[in-house]
This record gives sequence, C-alpha cells and structure tokens, in this order.
Amino acid sequence: MAESGSETAAGAKPKRKPIVWLGIFLISHSFFFSVVFSAAGVVALLLLPVLAKNTYISENALMPGSAASMLSNQEVAEASRLVSDLTSSNLKPLGSAIGSQRILAQHMSNLGAEVSFHKFHSQRNQFHPLHFFSSPDSGRVEQNVSCSMHGVNTVGIIRAPRGDGKEAIVLVTPFNSAKVNPNEAFSLGIAYSVFSLLNRVPWLAKDVIWLVADSQFGEYAAVSAWLRDYHTPVFSGLGTLDAEMCPESNNLYGMNENLSTERAIYDGFKRAGTMAAALVIKVADQSEQFEDGLSIYAEASNGQMPNLDLINVVNYLAVHRQGLRVKVEKFWSLLGVKWLNTLGEIFESLGHFARSLNPDWKFGIPANDYVEGSATLASSLYNQALGVPTGPHGAFRDYQVDAITLEISPKISLLDNIARRNDLLLRSGRLIEGVIRSVNNLLEKFHQSFFLYLLTSPGKFVSVGVYMIAFALLVAPLPLVATSLYVDASNSDSSVKKEKPSPSAIITRESWKWLYAAKKAFIVHLWGSVVSLLPYFICQMPSCTPTTSFIIWVLLSVLSLVLMYMVLASPSSHTNESQPQRVEWPILKSVTLSAAFIGLCLMSVINFATAEIGGLLMLPMCLMAHPLKPDVKARSKRTLSRAVCNLVLGFIGFPPVAFIVLKGAFEGLGSTNVGDYWSWVESLWAWNSATYLYIGMVHLPCWALCIHILFHRS
Amino acid sequence: MALLLLLRPVLLLSLLLSAPILHSEAASGSVVQEEDFSEELLLRPLPDRKVLAHFHFRSRAPHISSSGRHHHLFPKAISQLVKKFHVKEMELSFTQGRWNYDRWGGFDPVASNNAKPPGVELWAVFDVPHDQVDDSWKNLTHALSGLFCASINFLESSTTYSAPEWGYRPVAGSLRYGTLPREAVCTENLTPWLKLLPCRDKAGLSALMDRPSIYKGFYHSQRLWLASSEIESEGVVSGIFLQQTLTVVVEPNSQRTAMTYSHETKLQPSWSLTSIFGRKVIGRCVLAKSSTVYVQLDRGLVAQLDYLQKENEISSPDESVFELSVEPDNVLKELNGFEKKSPSFLYEFSIENYTESRPFDLGLTWKRPVVWSCQKAPLHASRFLMGSGNERGAIAISLRSTEVSDWLLGTDTSEGSCKLEVKVFQVVPWYIKVYYHTLQVFVDEQLQAVSDVVEKMRVSPSVDKLSPGLMEMVLKFPCGMKSAAITLDFDKGFLHIDEYPPDANQGFDIPSAIISFPNFHTSMQFFKDESVDKSSILSRFQENSTVLAYTEVLLVPLTTPDFSMPYNVITITCTVCALYFGALLNVLRRRVGEEERLAKGKDANKPGRLLQLRSRLFAKLRGKQYEPPQPSTTSSSFISRKLILFTLVAGIGVYWQVYVE
Repeated sequence: MAESGSETAAGAKPKRKPIVWLGIFLISHSFFFSVVFSAAGVVALLLLPVLAKNTYISENALMPGSAASMLSNQEVAEASRLVSDLTSSNLKPLGSAIGSQRILAQHMSNLGAEVSFHKFHSQRNQFHPLHFFSSPDSGRVEQNVSCSMHGVNTVGIIRAPRGDGKEAIVLVTPFNSAKVNPNEAFSLGIAYSVFSLLNRVPWLAKDVIWLVADSQFGEYAAVSAWLRDYHTPVFSGLGTLDAEMCPESNNLYGMNENLSTERAIYDGFKRAGTMAAALVIKVADQSEQFEDGLSIYAEASNGQMPNLDLINVVNYLAVHRQGLRVKVEKFWSLLGVKWLNTLGEIFESLGHFARSLNPDWKFGIPANDYVEGSATLASSLYNQALGVPTGPHGAFRDYQVDAITLEISPKISLLDNIARRNDLLLRSGRLIEGVIRSVNNLLEKFHQSFFLYLLTSPGKFVSVGVYMIAFALLVAPLPLVATSLYVDASNSDSSVKKEKPSPSAIITRESWKWLYAAKKAFIVHLWGSVVSLLPYFICQMPSCTPTTSFIIWVLLSVLSLVLMYMVLASPSSHTNESQPQRVEWPILKSVTLSAAFIGLCLMSVINFATAEIGGLLMLPMCLMAHPLKPDVKARSKRTLSRAVCNLVLGFIGFPPVAFIVLKGAFEGLGSTNVGDYWSWVESLWAWNSATYLYIGMVHLPCWALCIHILFHRS
Repeated sequence: MALLLLLRPVLLLSLLLSAPILHSEAASGSVVQEEDFSEELLLRPLPDRKVLAHFHFRSRAPHISSSGRHHHLFPKAISQLVKKFHVKEMELSFTQGRWNYDRWGGFDPVASNNAKPPGVELWAVFDVPHDQVDDSWKNLTHALSGLFCASINFLESSTTYSAPEWGYRPVAGSLRYGTLPREAVCTENLTPWLKLLPCRDKAGLSALMDRPSIYKGFYHSQRLWLASSEIESEGVVSGIFLQQTLTVVVEPNSQRTAMTYSHETKLQPSWSLTSIFGRKVIGRCVLAKSSTVYVQLDRGLVAQLDYLQKENEISSPDESVFELSVEPDNVLKELNGFEKKSPSFLYEFSIENYTESRPFDLGLTWKRPVVWSCQKAPLHASRFLMGSGNERGAIAISLRSTEVSDWLLGTDTSEGSCKLEVKVFQVVPWYIKVYYHTLQVFVDEQLQAVSDVVEKMRVSPSVDKLSPGLMEMVLKFPCGMKSAAITLDFDKGFLHIDEYPPDANQGFDIPSAIISFPNFHTSMQFFKDESVDKSSILSRFQENSTVLAYTEVLLVPLTTPDFSMPYNVITITCTVCALYFGALLNVLRRRVGEEERLAKGKDANKPGRLLQLRSRLFAKLRGKQYEPPQPSTTSSSFISRKLILFTLVAGIGVYWQVYVE
C-alpha cells in the first residue's frame, strides 16, 4: 500500500535528503513505529520513578539550617497558653466565634504587631465560561450575601525593624472560629510561637503577615478573598462589604474599646509589600505512623507548582533538623499492586545488571522505593491533572506567589499529653522559623530552581526535561498514523482514478477531499464546546440533584449534536451529490488523529499532567479506531478481536465511563453513580481547571469521532 | 594622621581665641560673623515603648569670601563643595528602616524633617543658570559619593533624578531630586559624616554614638542639610549653614518580662543613656558653642499626664508618673498653638559642667503606666501596588483620615467650603510606564471627576531610558472626608539585558512618594527666647515646615530574561545561519539536470555485495520479494554508508565513555 507509493516516489527521484527519507520511512512503517513509540512512551512513564533525581537546594541564598534556631521554650509556653485559651473559649457557647478572634487579635497586638480584621463574603463558586485563563481579579462578582455568609479574617503584621517593607512572608492558619477544633488551635499555637519570636529577632528583613483565615466557608475561600482584597481592592462603594449591617462584626469592633488604646485595632486593610512566599500551616489528626509526620501539599490550580526550592527547604529542615517524617501525597492503593511490584523487581535486577557491567552506572532503585515512587508520582500526576489546588496555598499561586501547605500529623493525640504537645510545638515552630529565615535570606524571589516537576518522594523529583520524553513518545504515533492514512487514502484514490480518465474538476475536488472530513471534525469539536458550555445553563436550574443534572446534560448534548448535524452537516450533503456522501473513514480518522494530536500538544503546554493522562486514555482508542462492519464481516480472528477491542476502548473512552472506571479502580465500585461525574465536573469548573476544557473540547469530540468511525457505513 | 595631629593644636588655639567672643555674642538669625558649632540631643519617649534620639549638630561659617580659604570649625570639604558646585541648598539623607507615622507621630518637626525614605535621598538647589544645573548635579553626586562612601554617583544618570517644579519644594528650575531606595546604610557612611564634626565622635554628644546600638534600632536616619547664601544686594551677610542630624529610634533593653495578657497596660520601660547607647556623656565637645540635651514630652503625653493628674488628684504629675535622674536646668513649655491640645514640654540639660569623673547619664524611670498616642498627620498615607502578573498593574495611594484632622479642621467643617489640601509628589522610573490619563480619585468610596478634586497637576511623562516619570499634584478634598484613594495604571516595560541589575529577580523599586499637607505646618514656639536663640534645634522647631509623609517604597517584579540566554541565543543563531547559508549555497551551486545525468551514469555501476545483502535483508523485513537493486538504492546506499559510519563513530564514543574513562 503505502510502500508501493513511496517506492514509486522514491524511484522517480534518485537522490533524497536523509530527513525526507527518514520521514517516508517512518510513515511507510507507521504501524510498527506507532506500536514501538507508544510502548516506549508507556515504558518511559513507568521508568520515571527510576530516573528521578535527588532534590538539591539550588538557590544559595537560602542557606537552610545554617543558623541555630532561636525558638525557645518560653515562646512555646506562651503558645501553649494560647492553645488552651482558645480551646477553653470553645466551651463557652455564646459568642465564641468572636471570642476566639478577640483572643487572637489581643495576643497579636500584645506582641506589638499591627492587627486588622478583614471582612469578606464567601463567594459561591460559579461557572464563568470565559474566566478560565483570565486573571483572578476578574472573577469578582458583586452579589448580595446575607450576614450568615460573612467571614472575618484576622491579620497580624510584623514590620521588619530595619527592613524597607518591600517584601513580605505570609503565614496562614485556617481557623474556624465558630467551632474551634483542637487541631486548628494547635496550628494557631505553632504560628503564634513563631510570630512571637519573629517580633523580636534582629535578622528579619521582610515583613511577616500572619493570616488567620476564617475557614467557616472553606479554607480556600477565605484565603483567596483576602488575597483578592490585597491585590485588587475595589475603591468604589459597590465593592465594599456592608459588614456594618451584620451584628457580629459590630460586636467585633466593640472590642477596640476594651483593648488598650495604644494599639488600636485597625479596621482598614493592612498591607505589607510584595509577597515572597507563603506557608499554610495545618495540623492533621493523630496519625498511625510511628513518628511525627509532615505532609507537604504543593499543587495549585492547573498543575502549577511552587518553586522546588521551597519544598526542598522544608524537606531539608524537617528531615535533618527537626526529625519529622516528611510525606507527600501518594496513592496508597497502588502500593499493594502486584504488577507494579514485579516491575519494580525487574527494574531493580536491571539496575544490578547494569552495575555489574559498570559500577559507575547508577541505574535502578530498590523495588520498594520504586513502588512508593510510582504511587507518589501517580498522585502527583493526578493532582496536577485535576487542576484543583490541594489546599489554600493554591490561592497564592494565582498571584505568582510560591506557597505550600504543611500539614503536621502528630504521633499521639494532642489533647492528652501536654509535654508531648509542647515538644511538637517546639519542633514544628522551629521548622517554620527555619523556613521563614531561609526565605528571609532571599534577596531575589524564588526563581533558581524548577517550576515544572513531578515529585516521586519528598526528596526526589522528575524535571520537565525527563517527563516530556514520555509524553513525546506517546503522542508521536498520532501524526505518523495520520499521515500514513492520508497518504494511503490519496494513493488509493489516484489508483482508482487512473483507470478512468477524470476531468480536472474532480481532481481538484479530490485533492480537497480531506476538507469534508475536516469539516465534520470541526463540527464535532464545535459541538464539544457547546457541550462544555451547557453546564452553565444547567446549574442555573434550581434544585437539581447531580444525577438529574447529569442526565439533562447528556440529553441536551445529544439534542445539540442532532441539531448541529441537521443545520451544519446536511446542507453540505445536498451541494455535492455527485460526490458520494460518505467520507472515507481513513481520511476521517487521519483528521481525528491530527485533531487529537493538536489538542494534546496544546494541553501539554497548559497542563502537562492532563495531557499525559489524556494521551494514555485517548491514544489506543484513536489509533485502533476501525469500522466495525467490515471487521465483523471478515470473521477472521484478527478482525474480530480488533472489533472487540474497539468496542471496549470506545466504551471506556467516554468521559463519564472513564471517570467511573478510574474511580472504581481506586476507591471501589460500591458507591459510584453517574451523579458523581456531574459533581466532579462541577468541581473542575468551579476551580477554573483547564482539564474541564480539555475534556469538553478535545477528549469528547475525539471520542465522538472515533465512535463515528466505528459505526461508519463503508 | 600626622596632619591631624598637627592640626589639633591649631584648632585648640583658635578655639581658645574665639571662645570668649562666641560666648559674648549671641549669634542672631541668619547673619554669621564667626564660625560656630553647636551640638544637641533630643530624647523623646515614644508611645510604643521606644525612645527617639535625635542628634542635632549645626555648623555655621561666614561665606568663603570673608574668611579666605581656611576654616576653623567648619568642614572644608563641605565648603569646597558649596563653592565648586554653587550649591544653594542641599539635603542628603541615609536611612535604614521606616518611620512609623502612626506610632511615632507625623505632626511634629522631627517627623516632618527627619523622617526620610529608606535608602538615600538627595536633593539640591543650585545657584547656576538653568542649563548648567544638570552638570552641577552630576558633579555633585560624584563628589558626595566619594565623600560619603555611598553609591550616590548612580544618581548621576538622568533616569534616576528629576526636576520637580513645585511639588517638592517651590524652587523651580534649579532643583534636582533623586533617591536610591536600595542603598544599604552602615557605618561606612556614618564615619565620613562624623568626620565633618569638629570633635568627631571623640568628645561631646557624638561620643554616645555606639555603632551597634544606633544601628540596632528600629529607625536610623543620618541627614546632612546645608544652605549657603552669597552676600545679598541688601548687604545681609550670610554664610554656609550645615546641619547634621542623626535620628534613631531604639528600644531600651529592658528585661523581657513575662507577658501578661490582661487588659492592663504595661509600664513603659525605663531607660537611661547607658541603657540605650551603652555610653555616657563625659563632657562636651569643647569646640561647641553649646551642647545641650533635651527630653521632650510630646503633646499627647502631656495631655495624658494632665488627665491622670485630674483623675487621681496627684499634686505634681511629673513626680509621680516618671522621674528624671538628673535635675533639668530648665523646663521649656510650648506656646499653645492649638487651644484644644496640651503644650509640649522640653527639659533642658546643659552638659557643660560634666566631666569624665562626673559623667552625664540621664535616665528616665517610669513609675506608672501611661498610654498615649502621638500626634498624627491629617491623613494617613499608604501606597501599594495592585494587580498581579508581569504585564500591567496599578499604583494606588490610599489616604485615610486620622482622628487628628477632626480637631484640626473642627472649626472649619461647619462651613461647606472647607477643603483639605494635599500635595502628591511621585517619581516613577521609566520602565514603569504610567498612564497618567488613567488617574482615578475616589473620595469616600465614590469615584470623583478628576477635575473636581485635582487642583493643580504637572506631569512630565517618562522617556524610555532617558528620564523618569514625574507627577506633581495638588488635590483638594472635603474636610469631612474619611478616606480617599488615587490610582494610576501602568504597564511594565522591558529592559535591555544590560540594564538589569545583578539581582534582577528581586524586582524593581518605585521610590517613595511624598504626600504633603501645605495647610499644615509644624512649628513649636517655646517660651524663653534667650535659649531658643542659642539652640539650633529649637530654632529649627520654630521654623514653619510643612507636614509631610513619605509613602512606602514599592517593589515591582518585572519580567526577567533567562540570563543564561546569550548562550542559547548564540547557539540558535548559529544554527539558523548555518541552515540558511547551507540551503542558499545548495540552491546556487546545484544544477539539477546535470546531477540527474550523473546519477544515471552511475547506475551503470553495480552496487557492492554488502549493499545487495542489505537490500535483500530489508526486503525480507518488509515481507516482500527481493528485487534486484533499483536505482533508488543508490541514494539509500549512500545514506546507509553514512549511517554505518555514524553508528561506528557513536559506538566508539560510547565505548570510550563507558569503559575507558
């Protein structure tokens, strides 16, 4: 087929440039190479944990741990007292929300910090179709919210005594003042111990902001509301909050009189300079680990990561100074998987073999590490692909501020043992102090280390240069197969045409034949974008359960597809009746593959992990697509198996099915229903995740086109 | 050193000769007959447990023409500077830290004269024709740079200084103003400054300047102001005035008491000169006409003391609330400028009688907790950046009324026409491209038409790589205003790779803006005229200086190139060039027809055995019948030969890499 074409072409030209020759060679063996390339892509992905490098602190100015910690037991004792104050204030049923905030503000102002309250209304997440890539400030909506949706952040600022106030470091502790949780109180204690120390240290060069985020309506909402007011305040009256109308907030200001007038608590918005970094401190429930642990969450929206140096500093200080066990999120369910273990053993033995050849070859890691690494990598990929921030730190990334969440998980319950609690306070306080001191050392903002990476363990990472290879190998078959299909189709046509002399008009139409296929693909993609816009209207409908919303969505999508087909596709069939209406499926497949290739490549720029996972899902489906009819007619083993494969892949490729299957694989099928998909999608657009766009505008149309090919009437 | 040793007797001699004359004669106003020098120190407890120490040194000399080329007390370097560059007035300040206008006050002479922006600020008025001002400025910056061991010479570039007309000081044409917000200030700047004093820091009040203590403080500003006037036509003899001040805010090291979280207020920390500076005054600088230490109680504190007195029927407030370890020589009371406010008190201590055996160590011990607040400027000004990203942003200046303005304007608010005048002076570097037409003014959260609020405005837009943007503006706000905001949008510019500083990723500074209130003046009139005449600090206090506040320095992150880029650029340019010229040469050189003919001629030759084998192998791989070599194989054989060569070389390379090294 293709060979004959290329062969004749080669025959016509005696000398060909090597690059052209290589291209033709690849295209003519597209089947073989596509299998090799995609297999290599998968293998490269599986190899990533082996290829991960150890992290290192790239910015020399950070100098983590080079100074002795100054946090002493005195601060810890004070912080411990604050924790008990807060937890005891919880016992008082009336006005405890204001009470705990008052206690905090008083403690802060006693330290000499500037205290202010920031009132905000929690904004309900709404679907804004055009806000996906816009700057965060444009997401502001003026809306009337009742007092019940009204939160108050407490902000304390320490001005660096000799600093110029151009930069600031932010500490965030989420705290639900309405219902004081001992863990949250403990995290406040950690922040307070550090804050009280920083108030009198001589080395401080950047201002320190301590934001006690009111987490009544979610941690993220409070932090992002504060950040929005910090960066894009609204001066006109419309934007300000009518907090005076709410009784609670008036209550809050009543305290100003109680407090000494020397440091009146300021009701305006206090600012410090440009933010250098932000740390969110949280405390988890008692962990079943044997040691005190520290979990690092770094993923922000759309797979953006903070600079690797920030994670490195935290990791270094936690492991080497404070003896905490550092974890990053991983898929625990992957740890027990058999094939992964086997693979790990294979890689391990390969590593041994390589070392036996040359002891300098550092290849291969123990199978255990491999499994852990791949579980972490999978979680890292998944969280980045989802595009939903894993904590309040995500709000900072929208303003180009490097931020991470540190979740400290104590070994034992914090309530029981005061001595243990103080010990952990001291250690975690010292950790935070060390990180702040490192960031404080920074003259320039974080720029030295990586921004694009995947973590395989707290101390190991895969940089963009390595993981791009896997993706490039994975998507390489798409253009190859697309070209080869196109070449085949045009050759077969020309061979057909050779028999009967054709008028030139047909030739021109023949050469533009791919346009019909392209039009079809375009219509389907247009439909895809319509489908992605539909939820905006669906969620306007009152009182819909996720399941009904989902069903409405599906129905509307099908309806819109039919409508579109009738409006856009049918007239074209009338115009060229001479041309048989059928578009040859190879051409259609080639256009589909090209569209998928372009979509994946675009997505890899926006969010690499989405493109990687999407590529894994879409590639077999797209490459395998073949009409079922001839396969079934042929009744040979090969064609039948291909048909079955196609059916299975086509079924799995449907986004809701893929979601449910993946969810079932990781969490068990028991609790899943179709409504979950709707909720999942809702969360995606609420977080402005580009993954949503990807699903609607790349994956779904490509799937539809593949299905179309499967049921092609040729 | 030798020179110094030689000079010292001369100096002493001259002092002995001139001292009686100095004492007999009260220097009156601006007329200087003789060189003189005075040293003063003002100490003031601040509401937030800190202490302000303000050193004030004044040297005066008659104009150069009358004294020839030599001076007895006056620093020669300065007089040379004045003479050479025709400096009419000049102020240079080195500052570390920020003045806290809320806690340390914004409405007193010290705050309005000595609160300076971080880094270096320099302005000068020249007495030269307008076209020579820039040259004089450039020369002056270099001279000062050498004199003070600072990078003031960076102010030479026209992108860093500006020529305000009326926004800063009403001297049009001959004034130049520049700041270096990032200049680090340290002892290397202090030492040359001390050298200008006749006693340096060997004797007198300047001996208190223990470097660790004064640099440990919360605010450190070292300032040099000089003014010179030629012999006027009216015959008023004038000279050069040099005023050197050092303002520090320090926290007395008190024992860190266990914090109490009660509502009760804490006792202010007691302090003494030893606890603040770690030194005592062991006598005056003998060359000084007067050396005095003042302790000032500001208006708020006095009002609080009065209040306490009324509340508790304490006979004498001073005795009970605090205690001074040394009996003051004199107590000065401020002439009541404002009826509603209490006057400020000054305790005067002359240190002329103290010696090494009987050092002067002033201490202030608090006995009762007092809480007061300093007098603030009518509006609290703060400036910040809005927006995010590397493309654009906005500068916002927010003004918020302080409680002070209520009583200041209280009398006028009844009239509807009462206006609060605010002058804004802002210099913005050229890479921040400010769009002045986007000026928006909000008063009490309402957008106002610019023409309603802005009284007068002068903008000189920035010129890329040539001059910074300058905005001078007078705004008139209604008196009852609670808050106001001014915003200006800007685009972030791109710099040439050479123009980035070494720490480009830190961001770029926008120097402080100056917010001044032309209707408000700080002047403190004290009773007892005689001492006021003698003391330079008090005469300084009497001057009508406008209340002004410096805003924060802003840090704008700009896009930075990858600084390893030149390498990448070189590589890619070379590649592109090579490809381009290769293709061009190919096109020019090749003759397609001839090549085809040649190829056909070559086809006659049989390919080698190896190639036959290879093509057979290939045919098998492709699952086809082996065909005898076709013309096409020549091309592929050529390539395969190359491929074999390449793999051979690569193999050798790999072997070398793996086994030999």
